[in-house]
Amino acid sequence: MNLFNRLLGRSESRSGTVAKKRLQLVLVQDRVDLSPGRMDQLKDDLIQVISKYVEIDKEGIDIALTNTKRQSRLTAHIPVIGARQK
Amino acid sequence: MSATVITITSGKGGVGKTTATANLSAALAAQGKKVVAIDADIGLRNLDVVMGLENRIVYDLVNVVEGTCRLRQAMIKDKRLDGLYLIPAAQTRDKTAITPGDMIELTNQMRDEFDFILIDSPAGIEQGFKNAVAPADRVLIVTTPEVSAVRDADRIIGLIEAEEKGPGDLIVNRLRMDMVKRGDMLHTDDVIDVLAINLIGVVPDDESIIISTNQGRPVVMQNGSTAGQAFKNIAMRLTGQDVPLINFEESDSFITRLSKLFKVSG
Repeated sequence: MNLFNRLLGRSESRSGTVAKKRLQLVLVQDRVDLSPGRMDQLKDDLIQVISKYVEIDKEGIDIALTNTKRQSRLTAHIPVIGARQK
Repeated sequence: MSATVITITSGKGGVGKTTATANLSAALAAQGKKVVAIDADIGLRNLDVVMGLENRIVYDLVNVVEGTCRLRQAMIKDKRLDGLYLIPAAQTRDKTAITPGDMIELTNQMRDEFDFILIDSPAGIEQGFKNAVAPADRVLIVTTPEVSAVRDADRIIGLIEAEEKGPGDLIVNRLRMDMVKRGDMLHTDDVIDVLAINLIGVVPDDESIIISTNQGRPVVMQNGSTAGQAFKNIAMRLTGQDVPLINFEESDSFITRLSKLFKVSG
């Protein structure tokens, strides 16, 4: 953003920028056919499976779909607290 | 001669597939190539009117496929440009009248005689699209810098890749530099960033397209229009020439020039 555009109020909120952000989000979902609702289900299932083996911090879980070029990637950050309580 | 079959598609309707097909066909013919344009939008025929050849139709694509006429009888020769032909779509039938196999067979019959076979695909992702893409050696995807068109283009790119025809090359059509400059239109770079495919050309929004369509005379046949030059450049890139993209930002307004002086990083 240059100074003049800032002065004129041409900020990140211009509709062109909004369009790009919305597209990036919707295309990630389109490409793998996963709605936000299905993503939540996936997250719950993951928690269940992993909890069978280790104790995890459910609040700290971060699961995201990203795109690099036209390749989709599912990344999960799952903080492990320790061994599973027997 | 062995023709390259190029299918022009988009997913979304109304983004300029037919205009692109008409202009690229004419521009390639003007380069001295022998070109046939095929309207694969059966039931919604339009390439004929955009090219200005609607009064000369006797037979159509479906007639050829069904054997009602010979291939040559359905080819309309454009008298304004040497080496330019049109095979019109049928108007009273639908997309199920032909199959992807028919299109492959038809184009194979013409490959020896032409340099380029351009196919104008219907909108959508159903059979009409499949018919149009089946014989393609390469695919051009037309989009406008709008969320709906870009989203549909992404879907089409996915389908083309699944058919092992992809990823294809992108034409960004109807760009309005004034809107891009004030931040109210997706920049070509943004579209490419989001779709992650090769850009083959950018066509500015240009009144001369509407005027030329009114007249039935593709804009590349006349001089002085920026859209026409953009299509000519794409046609040159299709024949392997290295043509730089037109810089639409050259005609900066006073305020833009002034703002560049004040440019700060970030």
